[in-house]
Amino acid sequence: MIMLQYLALAAILFAIGVFGVLTRRNAVGILMSLELMFNAANINFVTFNKFIAPGGLTGQIFAAFVIVIAAAEAVVGLAIVLLLYRNWKGINVDRINIMKW
Amino acid sequence: MQTDTVQLVFYLFSFLIIISAIYVVTLKNIFHSAIFLVLTLFGVAGIYILLHAEFLAAVQVLIYVGAVSVLMIFAIMLTTRLASREIKQSNEQVMAGIFICAGFLLASLGSFANTVWRVVDKPLPENNTLTLGQLLMNEYVLPFEVVSIVLLAALIGAIVLARKEGA
Repeated sequence: MIMLQYLALAAILFAIGVFGVLTRRNAVGILMSLELMFNAANINFVTFNKFIAPGGLTGQIFAAFVIVIAAAEAVVGLAIVLLLYRNWKGINVDRINIMKW
Repeated sequence: MQTDTVQLVFYLFSFLIIISAIYVVTLKNIFHSAIFLVLTLFGVAGIYILLHAEFLAAVQVLIYVGAVSVLMIFAIMLTTRLASREIKQSNEQVMAGIFICAGFLLASLGSFANTVWRVVDKPLPENNTLTLGQLLMNEYVLPFEVVSIVLLAALIGAIVLARKEGA
């Protein structure tokens, strides 16, 4: 079925994003993997909109909102990364453990 | 014939997306992975076009390729030392990460195959972008306004976070 190939693509992209979040040491790398996962979710929204509920455009509206929230997340995340770099002279997240006890 | 072309374009785009996404998460040089992130996002825009979401494809190119990835590259440039290649970029959890991702992938693909999808064979509304704009201004006007406040809060939050103390 044609819909399944889009879902499979989204699942593969999401799995790659999860792998990046789990294994990257660099905070910017983690943010980039997060963007991959957002994109996988968006592909799913648009796919379901086209194949399951083609009467309206609810899925595409949702995907647009996800894009906006992802942009806001990237802005705040990179501000935090710059702050970390200023205070610790490095942004490897395995060194930044002050919130862990 | 026409479906064959669509299939071919789909396989090309998904090949591009998967290969460059793997590069994004595995490359040693973080700057190169940002470049491959741009390639991945372009591929996703192509998938949107295949799914008749032309407006979303344009938004994807404008916001992701134009703004977010430039922001990423900007942050990489500002945190200079990590652009060098001798720093180790992945932690000790690579094997565990591979197992978790493979498990997730198998579980989700299996559930896709076992679900009975009620596929509706109907075209999307003509004039996609027009309908999207009307929906945003009528039915979804409250989420639209809320998301604008979220963006404003993110803007102010980023400025407050990144500003020097006392400046």
